[in-house]
Amino acid sequence: MRVPGGADIATGGVLLAVENVSLAFGGVKAVTDVSFDIRKGEIRAIIGPNGAGKTSMLNIINGFYQPQHGRITFKGETRSKMRPHDAAKGGIARTFQNVALFRGMTSLDNIMAGRTLRMNKNLFWQLLRFGPAMNEEVEHRRRVEEIIDFLKIQEIRRTPVGRLPYGLQKRVELGRALAMEPELLLLDEPMAGMNLEEKEDMSRFILDVNDHFGTTVVLIEHDMGVVMDLSDRVVVLDHGVKIADGTPDEVKRTQAVIDAYLGVAH
Amino acid sequence: MDLAYKILIDPFMQMGAAPDLLVQTLWEGLVAGVLYSLIALGFVLIFKASGVFNFAQGIMVVFAALTLVGLHELGIPAFVALFLTIVVMFGLAFLVERLMLRPLVNQPDIILFMATFGLTYFLIGFGELVFGGNPKKMIASELYLPSGAYDIKMFGGFVSLQKIDIAAAVIVSLMVLFLALFFQKTRIGRALRAVADSHKAALSVGISLEQIWVVVWFAAGIVALVTGIMWGARSEVSFSLQIIALKALPVLILGGFTSIPGAIVGGLIIGVGEKLGEFYWGPLLGSGIESWLAYVIALVFLLFRPQGLFGEKIIERI
Repeated sequence: MRVPGGADIATGGVLLAVENVSLAFGGVKAVTDVSFDIRKGEIRAIIGPNGAGKTSMLNIINGFYQPQHGRITFKGETRSKMRPHDAAKGGIARTFQNVALFRGMTSLDNIMAGRTLRMNKNLFWQLLRFGPAMNEEVEHRRRVEEIIDFLKIQEIRRTPVGRLPYGLQKRVELGRALAMEPELLLLDEPMAGMNLEEKEDMSRFILDVNDHFGTTVVLIEHDMGVVMDLSDRVVVLDHGVKIADGTPDEVKRTQAVIDAYLGVAH
Repeated sequence: MDLAYKILIDPFMQMGAAPDLLVQTLWEGLVAGVLYSLIALGFVLIFKASGVFNFAQGIMVVFAALTLVGLHELGIPAFVALFLTIVVMFGLAFLVERLMLRPLVNQPDIILFMATFGLTYFLIGFGELVFGGNPKKMIASELYLPSGAYDIKMFGGFVSLQKIDIAAAVIVSLMVLFLALFFQKTRIGRALRAVADSHKAALSVGISLEQIWVVVWFAAGIVALVTGIMWGARSEVSFSLQIIALKALPVLILGGFTSIPGAIVGGLIIGVGEKLGEFYWGPLLGSGIESWLAYVIALVFLLFRPQGLFGEKIIERI
């Protein structure tokens, strides 16, 4: 198990709190009355069997879905309705279960797209590519190159992402999220479909992001070994209901979790 | 045998016998092609960013031109009227986003396509209400667009180049250059391409779909205005002008729905093909050839490149 680092966790500053959130699509209940919190600087895992509502939960946090009930408090501010645009502005970045990249663009442009909200010189200067906009573009480019170095993807900088193997696409997607310099990073199965070596690399990146930049991470993952190694605390969902919440060791011993994963004799 | 001679050999003999006529025909084809490209460009912009085939592009051309001429008739100086028309086109883009696209977000493309039909008939009705149904004359000279022609001696004959056509070619080239730079080099351009690729990923990095839609519809509106001015200067401004939108369809099939260079090259090929066919093969087949030849050219291309000349080849991982 990972030793919880950083003073923020000890002081327990809550970055985001989900309270009694429910979401249904017609008659299908995706999430039912779920509450949990995410503390500043921690790595928080959401686990559960297929169809447990993990991705729905992530979509609620970054504003893709609006829950029918419940409240979400982010950085001390409670909002009943948050749109994806607002979430991104507030410092929430994410990656997707089935990689959602801008396929026609190069790795570099994809990661640059992550800087969108940080660029604010007006259109007039942008068109001239001159004056303030030029300086701005250069500055952002420098930050993006740092991210590219960090993720060790220098040699695929100019490659259209559609041509990259899956593992590298996932890495570029992480790069795009990091380019937003988020406070909260949502990762939806960042290691799905990877081999052992790629998984180790990705784990290293996630830990480094958390350690060096103090970014709070929410992680959905199926590989229990990875979850136990990386996360500070774990939420377990099953059929849209929270069945456990705690450190990896606590969660591992919970009977409901064992039942959910292994099945119960009826 | 005689027919084969007439189709396969005679036209080329004619071309060789009177090269000045050939050059004239080619030039006229290119000019028509430039205007087809312009219309196609309006479609491509909106299709790229939102995946919607905007049926209303043709009527937007008429609407923009009518607004310009109508404002001028009220006694407003030509360039002020031009500026006000640009403002009106921005207003239109804004309202389209707010009243049409936003409520229909996440609906299937066919629904949005049908909505653009609705927009078309709204603009026809609204335009007639405000500006009346009579054809109007484009204020070409007030906008300092040149008239007259250069006659160039060539191959023992004359080739006549209309100045307005040259102006159209120059203006269109500048506009395409501007759009290309805008798409490739600016933050908003990058955001536009991002939206075209993946809505959810674009949303997740904080790109506002609403803003992007207003920008593309405004850009398409500007393209429509330029089309209206150029086309209007060659004939007149009336509602029948909207059928030129139908000319854009073969251009789009040829060039690919998502490619700006495709729209340009496609337009030129269709324009030149049409004029050559009309002039050299037209007499054989009777008149009216120009109304269907473009589609035949597009069909032939479709057989070999279903994605269009520059369209993205769709490859899916399985």
